[in-house]
Amino acid sequence: MTTKLFGEPVQRREDPRLLTGQGRYLDDLGSGALAAAFVRSPHAHARIRDIDVSGALDVDGLVAIYTWEDLPPRVAEPLPLLIPHPALTHGRTAYPLARDTVRHVGEPVVMVVARDRYLAEDACALIRVDYEPLKPVVGVEEALVGAHRVHEDVPGNVGAHLVQEVPSARGRTAAEEIEAAPHSLSFRLDIERSASMPLEGRGVYARWDPDDRSLRVYSSTQTSTSVRMALAAKLGLPLPSVEVIAPDVGGGFGVKIVHPWPEEVLIPWAAMLLDREIKWTEDRREHFVSSAHERGQVQHVKVGFDDEGRVLGLDVTILHDHGAYTPYGIIVPIVTATQLLGPYKIGAYRVEFSSIYTNTVQVTPYRGAGRPQGVFCMERTMDRIAAYLGLDRTAVRAANFIQPEEFPYDQGMMFQDGRPLIYDSGNYPESLRMLKELIGWDSFEERRAAAAAEGRRIGIGIGCYVEGTGVGPYEGGHVQITSDGRVHVSTGLTSQGQGHETVFAQIAATELGVPIERVSVVTGDTRRFGYAVGTFASRAAVMSGNAIALACRKVREKALRIAADALEADPADLEIDDGIVHVAGTPTASIPLATVAVLANPLRYAFDEEARRATQFTGTAALDRPPVAEGQEPGLEGRDYYSPVRSTFASGMHAAIVETDPGTAEIKILRYAVVHDCGKLINPMIVEGQIHGGVAQGVGGALYERMVYDSHGQLLNASFMDFLMPYATEVPRIETAHLETPSPLNPLGIKGAGEAGVIPVPAVIASAIEDAEGIPITRMPISPSELHELRLRRPPG
Amino acid sequence: MKPPPFDHHAPRDLGAALAALAEAGARGKVLAGGQSLIPMLNMRLAAPEHLIDINGVAELDTLEAGPAGVTVGALARHSRVERSAEAAEAQPLLGQALRLVAHPAIRNRGTVVGSLVHADPAAELPAVLALLGGSVRLARAGAAPRDVPAAEFFTGPMESAVRPGELAVSAFFPAPPPRSGTAFREVARRHGDYALAGVAALVALDDDLRVAQARVACVGVGPVPLVLDVTEESAGDDWAAAARAVRERAEPEDDIHATAGYRRHLAGVLAEQALREAALEGRANA
Ligand SMILES: Cc1cc2nc3c(=O)[nH]c(=O)nc-3n(C[C@H](O)[C@H](O)[C@H](O)COP(=O)(O)OP(=O)(O)OC[C@H]3O[C@@H](n4cnc5c(N)ncnc54)[C@H](O)[C@@H]3O)c2cc1C
Repeated sequence: MTTKLFGEPVQRREDPRLLTGQGRYLDDLGSGALAAAFVRSPHAHARIRDIDVSGALDVDGLVAIYTWEDLPPRVAEPLPLLIPHPALTHGRTAYPLARDTVRHVGEPVVMVVARDRYLAEDACALIRVDYEPLKPVVGVEEALVGAHRVHEDVPGNVGAHLVQEVPSARGRTAAEEIEAAPHSLSFRLDIERSASMPLEGRGVYARWDPDDRSLRVYSSTQTSTSVRMALAAKLGLPLPSVEVIAPDVGGGFGVKIVHPWPEEVLIPWAAMLLDREIKWTEDRREHFVSSAHERGQVQHVKVGFDDEGRVLGLDVTILHDHGAYTPYGIIVPIVTATQLLGPYKIGAYRVEFSSIYTNTVQVTPYRGAGRPQGVFCMERTMDRIAAYLGLDRTAVRAANFIQPEEFPYDQGMMFQDGRPLIYDSGNYPESLRMLKELIGWDSFEERRAAAAAEGRRIGIGIGCYVEGTGVGPYEGGHVQITSDGRVHVSTGLTSQGQGHETVFAQIAATELGVPIERVSVVTGDTRRFGYAVGTFASRAAVMSGNAIALACRKVREKALRIAADALEADPADLEIDDGIVHVAGTPTASIPLATVAVLANPLRYAFDEEARRATQFTGTAALDRPPVAEGQEPGLEGRDYYSPVRSTFASGMHAAIVETDPGTAEIKILRYAVVHDCGKLINPMIVEGQIHGGVAQGVGGALYERMVYDSHGQLLNASFMDFLMPYATEVPRIETAHLETPSPLNPLGIKGAGEAGVIPVPAVIASAIEDAEGIPITRMPISPSELHELRLRRPPG
Repeated sequence: MKPPPFDHHAPRDLGAALAALAEAGARGKVLAGGQSLIPMLNMRLAAPEHLIDINGVAELDTLEAGPAGVTVGALARHSRVERSAEAAEAQPLLGQALRLVAHPAIRNRGTVVGSLVHADPAAELPAVLALLGGSVRLARAGAAPRDVPAAEFFTGPMESAVRPGELAVSAFFPAPPPRSGTAFREVARRHGDYALAGVAALVALDDDLRVAQARVACVGVGPVPLVLDVTEESAGDDWAAAARAVRERAEPEDDIHATAGYRRHLAGVLAEQALREAALEGRANA
């Protein structure tokens, strides 16, 4: 059976292309284009006194130099604030080229266009910018003191401040519950900055067609439709005259959902102005200082609980480092504040966050998007409670779980999509049972003792999370069957290597009853599909997957109707198998979908053999009806959209066993186990791959990655030499078990899986190190050097 | 991340290479494996006007191992030396150290001599040369080559005794004394990274298999490899005492990856491990 592919571990159809160097990434395109390069600020905070380009004018191959002064009004405006929020009272975004002030190292100041990138960089090196350095603001706590301001008109450097209160069932506030609780604890947690760090940086390539007066832009983006609308608006072009295409994209992880980037506006603008093709490919050094970072937070936690470890009241204050600008609004701290609750029902909850400006690279979502911080907070809290009460850490979690019969479960807050935080389904006790079995939780003490007998130190840790996935507002799908029997699927959201070409084809093949080999999938190309939101929030499978299924169902219905006419059968008696429509039980009464596609498009002209069958003198048409019936359209195609009432909530639990070296303080992950529930699995292999990649990034956040800013706002480790991402050698083998709790919210019963893997890892590793060492772990990441220093400071006894 | 303009010279023999270097003087740089130089060019941290690319000079691609030791030519890649059974036989420490240098792809390209000239204070090979008391042979057009002993070769972090116009043509790693063993221990943040700290150890034994000589060379704890004689402290296999001596004499600094205190601590832990392992090997070899 070739067609029932939903749920099968189908090999990734994009791999042969991507793994043999046949991918077409941004820099593979436009080999004849001019190149752009940027002069970027070397200062964290400075006023621009003067820009002297004269030294660069003699560079052979120079085409143009632009500063803010050269930009037309719409282009010169600050970039859009994409997601406004009432609590973001002081939202600020950057100018595409700095106007008079630079607010972080790496901010673009001058754009140079030249024959190639080498010459463009030579010219950049000869441009002199005269800066008047201002006091830089680095670190949220220093920023809050407010002695110096990142934006002159933002007092205290606070861009947003939001307090959310969920009272307990008996109507008490978190403060009251904590006060009244039998036990309470308070502590501080710190999470360092990291970044998406896709293998391929950002990039833009623009072609202006002066005859058509149309613009084609290729961008390494997570949202081509929205870039298109932004460009049409900024450049004053009619929307139909702008095409934006995301070619193969070498990873996004969140950073490429932000748009339009300065370069995304400036390159097309200059291409139009100069009537030349122009390309800009971000290099790694630029990516470190001019894209986006995430994660950095300081959290103050107060918790009250009973003898069983049930949380009666939780009060969390978050200082969120937002960097210099807020183009993506306050989505990250909102996600932290809401997703912190995880699989637990806690008594009363109060969460307060301040989004704070600093003279550092802006903060926008990176895979996990605020969740790793929230989960770190909640899971460290669970471990603290267990340690305080002398209870098993899993018992404390179990005591707080939402029970399977309590779904849908309303957490009483507003989620990042502006809709209520209501969990649709889940089975947390079963997840925990599976995880404990997988990692051998209950027999760990024997293992620990055996290791200790060899002079080795090991520990076990756990972390649980719930992830709101598949946020709206909508996605669409278009499906067309052509007269050669091929199925063309398109959706507007973009792909960054996740396997969309495979899973969307699995869905279409299953829905339509065609071999997967006949299905092709196009994503992120506005020439094929103009309406879309983008790829983020673990939403592609849920949103586009369901939209494509619905579009397929329309096409199927139409195909059956046309086939029924041709076969003189009742559509209800028809089935499609292997691309052939036949009457159930009578395989000889059949018609290939290819022929149905021919018949679906009544023709005058026979341009080939297939088409002959649909022309007007073949005598097949019913003469008492119009060739295209009322309410119908020619062709065998369908389009549909999926727009959910609210997000669907995936969940998971991870456990790890780590070893800490008593001498060198090196930290090694010995085992890593994952139980994951993303509803119905379309392709278990791809879900596992997503989890593996996520865990790898989580290991980075737990043990390696940080953005080291000095007090002057200089990023000290802006290269892969010093920003340590884990290699394959640092990522453990990952053992996975799946639980399938279908979502009741969408036709396919699926939930998102893209970000899941990364979310609990820092919490899990902290839990395991704490268990091995008996020292409270309150910061992530942790290095051997830091563990060594913690050991030295350990209170005696 | 594109280099500024430079002239590329591709000499085919040593004479032409030396002539090109002599002409370029201070404005020239040798390009060997390029694993360190190319990133520096791309980041515009170095801007030589002339690159003298020695990759076409076949006569520099040599590796000779004999009873006296191992001589490595300027074009011998890390991987060749690492895999050479003859080199391992003549001086096992070379292979022990090379396994810790970067990753296979980098070792396929990077050269042993290039690594010595580059003189990164966290690199393994300078410590090996320093511990063994080896030397580097420097040639220049129209002059006799000079051999610079390791103790004078490493002059500071990323600084060596090579002068403008000079080419390091080979490095000599002396064979170990009889009844001796070597070991290299290090801690790096990730597999193949430059070490936070590392220790190369050599222990030689007398006829009664007691410690006759114990020496270590530490990386990552000072501007150049720190060579220490710990023979006295090691008497009676007291490796802990030797480690204490190393800890006391190391002068590491803080950086973004580790505190000075941790590096000092590591130097001690690693010295103890490396000395113990070297002694074990020495007794096995006796
Ligand atoms: C990701 C990465 C990780 C690494 N990790 C390690 C590690 O863990 N340990 C380690 O030791 N090294 C490491 N290296 C460096 C690697 O070993 C380099 O190959 C070595 O340092 C330089 O050798 P090369 O042949 O590539 O020299 P090049 O890069 O070609 O040159 C380096 C410098 O030496 C000069 N030079 C080279 N050869 C000569 C010569 N014959 N005469 C005069 N001058 C010369 C050049 O002019 C230049 O200044 C790493 C490199 C990378 C990219």
